[in-house]
Amino acid sequence: MPVSKSKAEYDIPGLSQYVPIPKIEPDKMAHSQPFVAKPEHQESVGYPGELVDDWHDKAIDKMGELLGKYRSLQVFMDICTKCGACTDKCHYYLGTADPKNMPVARQDLMRSVYRRYFTLPGKFFPKLVGARDLTKDVLDEWHSYYHQCSECRRCSVFCPYGIDTAEVTMAGREILSSVGYGAKYSNEIVGKVHKIGNNLGLPGPALLDTLEGLTEDCEDEIGIAVPFPLDKVGAEVLLITPSADFFAEPHVDGLIGYGKVFHEAGIDWTISSYASEAANFGLFIGSYDNMQQVAQRVRQASEDLQVKRIVVGECGHAWRVAYSFWNTLAGPFDYLDANYPVPQHICELTYDLLQAGEITLDPRRNAGKVLTFHDSCNVARGSRMGDKPGGQFTIPRALIQAACEDFVDMSPNTIHEKTFCCGGGGGLLTDDLMEVRVKGAMPRMQALHEVIEHDGVTHVAAICAICKTQFAKTLPYFDIGMEMVISVHQLVGNALVMQGEVLEEEQSDV
Amino acid sequence: MLTAIYATAFYLATALLLVGVMFKCWRYAKVPQPLVIPTTPAPVTRGGVVLRLLREVFLFSSLFKANKWTWTLGMLFHYGMLLALIRHLRYFTEPVWGWVVMMQWLGVYAGFAMFLGLLGLLLRRFVVDRVRYISSPSDYLSLVLLALIAFTGLMMKWVSHTDVVMVKAFARGLMTFDWSPLPTDFLLLSHLALVILLMLVFPVSKMMHAPGVLFSPTLNMVDNPREKRSVAPWAKTKPSTLSEKEN
Repeated sequence: MPVSKSKAEYDIPGLSQYVPIPKIEPDKMAHSQPFVAKPEHQESVGYPGELVDDWHDKAIDKMGELLGKYRSLQVFMDICTKCGACTDKCHYYLGTADPKNMPVARQDLMRSVYRRYFTLPGKFFPKLVGARDLTKDVLDEWHSYYHQCSECRRCSVFCPYGIDTAEVTMAGREILSSVGYGAKYSNEIVGKVHKIGNNLGLPGPALLDTLEGLTEDCEDEIGIAVPFPLDKVGAEVLLITPSADFFAEPHVDGLIGYGKVFHEAGIDWTISSYASEAANFGLFIGSYDNMQQVAQRVRQASEDLQVKRIVVGECGHAWRVAYSFWNTLAGPFDYLDANYPVPQHICELTYDLLQAGEITLDPRRNAGKVLTFHDSCNVARGSRMGDKPGGQFTIPRALIQAACEDFVDMSPNTIHEKTFCCGGGGGLLTDDLMEVRVKGAMPRMQALHEVIEHDGVTHVAAICAICKTQFAKTLPYFDIGMEMVISVHQLVGNALVMQGEVLEEEQSDV
Repeated sequence: MLTAIYATAFYLATALLLVGVMFKCWRYAKVPQPLVIPTTPAPVTRGGVVLRLLREVFLFSSLFKANKWTWTLGMLFHYGMLLALIRHLRYFTEPVWGWVVMMQWLGVYAGFAMFLGLLGLLLRRFVVDRVRYISSPSDYLSLVLLALIAFTGLMMKWVSHTDVVMVKAFARGLMTFDWSPLPTDFLLLSHLALVILLMLVFPVSKMMHAPGVLFSPTLNMVDNPREKRSVAPWAKTKPSTLSEKEN
């Protein structure tokens, strides 16, 4: 149901024919900030509990350390020419008009400090080159604006030097955490994964109960007790999926879809209770150590369960971490079946089965739906599917089109590598950042609204747990029904022709 | 006296430019990139990456996607400057290389392209509120410095000629450490002083984007992380599995 706009304490951006480039309104979003992490959250991820006394020196030391560890940060701090190419590319700038949400200005929050402490002109002529001392106000500003960035990399597509603000945001967050000034949402979650194995803190028995429930649901619905195995030693495939898939709507229907595909293709698979999470918020907080620890749980689970393949469910940043970083963080995976990529995306797996004729999809089963597809930023700009560049765009679309007759893409400026973030990625999917989430969703909502109006689109499919949750929460602010959001594998699951299935019409005949 | 000052300044500026740029590039090369972060879709081969970099360096392909005005002005300025620089080779080569001779006519007009491009970029910095917001004094001054170099150069070509034979003798003298006197007209002395300033500023300014872009990991990395494992030296000391750490 649409949320009454009067409830919100801030203006919800209206949708128009196109996304206008707003005139700058300095400090419009200066009040926005995430909850500060509590000492136990900080300590659970290896950082000091609260702001340390010598935060100034510690922060500068940390910046120096990161400049020596990450070429990206070192090069990006130096080579921006302030050409302005990125200034109208960030969804948070377009939605808030706060100039500090322009990618270059967000980088400059750190670059100004870098210049002051690490460059000659900044040491001798700070005013001339826009250098400034690191003060508590600057630190507060970082806390605010480095949590108004979803690390979506859209700016990097347009930057003539490839400067990726996500790298700067990550460094900013890591410095903040390391002086005891982390954000609660992500740090608490990473701590939970270390302790329990997933973002929700869902223990093994609860997980087992949920998965058994899914099998029962499938039996009721299609007459097949589709198995959702947990901790099955010797299974062929280990599925690593975002924990939201276990219970959240519409995510869980995607998980049912994966289960149906595995079952129909005769693939023996399992979920691990030790590594029951694809999400890796270590990425969001810029912490190599934490990201590596989370990734190594997956490796550990794959060894313990003696699987031959690892498949990753629908999750955007998780796929980036899995595809781009797992080999570095937890590889080499030479003990797994070399006939399959490690890791493999669930969409790649389903697509290959479809190509090989091992599964059949009947698009009539999704009749009445008109689909569009939201490219999730981390999949689009930080990973790949299949053998060819751009497979991350074509493979999910091929699945949707095989599962549903009507498909329409959103405006070319808002899909593929130019896709707009859902507004809730990068560790912002928390209620304390609702205003920036709603405003940042506007460009995506505008493009969606356009295809709803012009092409009668009824559903938007996504392959990211965060996108799905963010859409379900923010669509109503724009007077669009939250039930529009759907998992790609929900469509696949609906359309999958299964041996021994009892279809609804047949059931009603009985 | 003037000749000695300028000659010394040129040697000093050249040395600082080379040392500065080499030091920065050495630093960029030395700092590892621990994670594979090309902005995708990205090439899956080294050759593909070379093409991607060539497209960025010579066609400004990302900037073209971003903003047609900035792209047009940027192309005018950069290619104008490149052709003007090539034209200046005639002051350093004897006999002047054939292809440099052939490009003389183009180099003359290139100066205008460079100047107009720079004026456009400067105007944009003042007029567009977003770009004005992100501009520091040094951002304006960089453009002004380059525009003044172009302006004084154009003035010497079209309005008040300097003695180019003497200029060439001076330039050749610098190269052979056998100094010849420099003409003393104001335009030439300003032109050269501004160039010396530019050379000094280059390694400690955003002009490092020129070599720096080649080190940008989002552009220069191959998209092959599943096939090829890479680990930064500083990350190698980590425990290889969590269980080892727990034991």
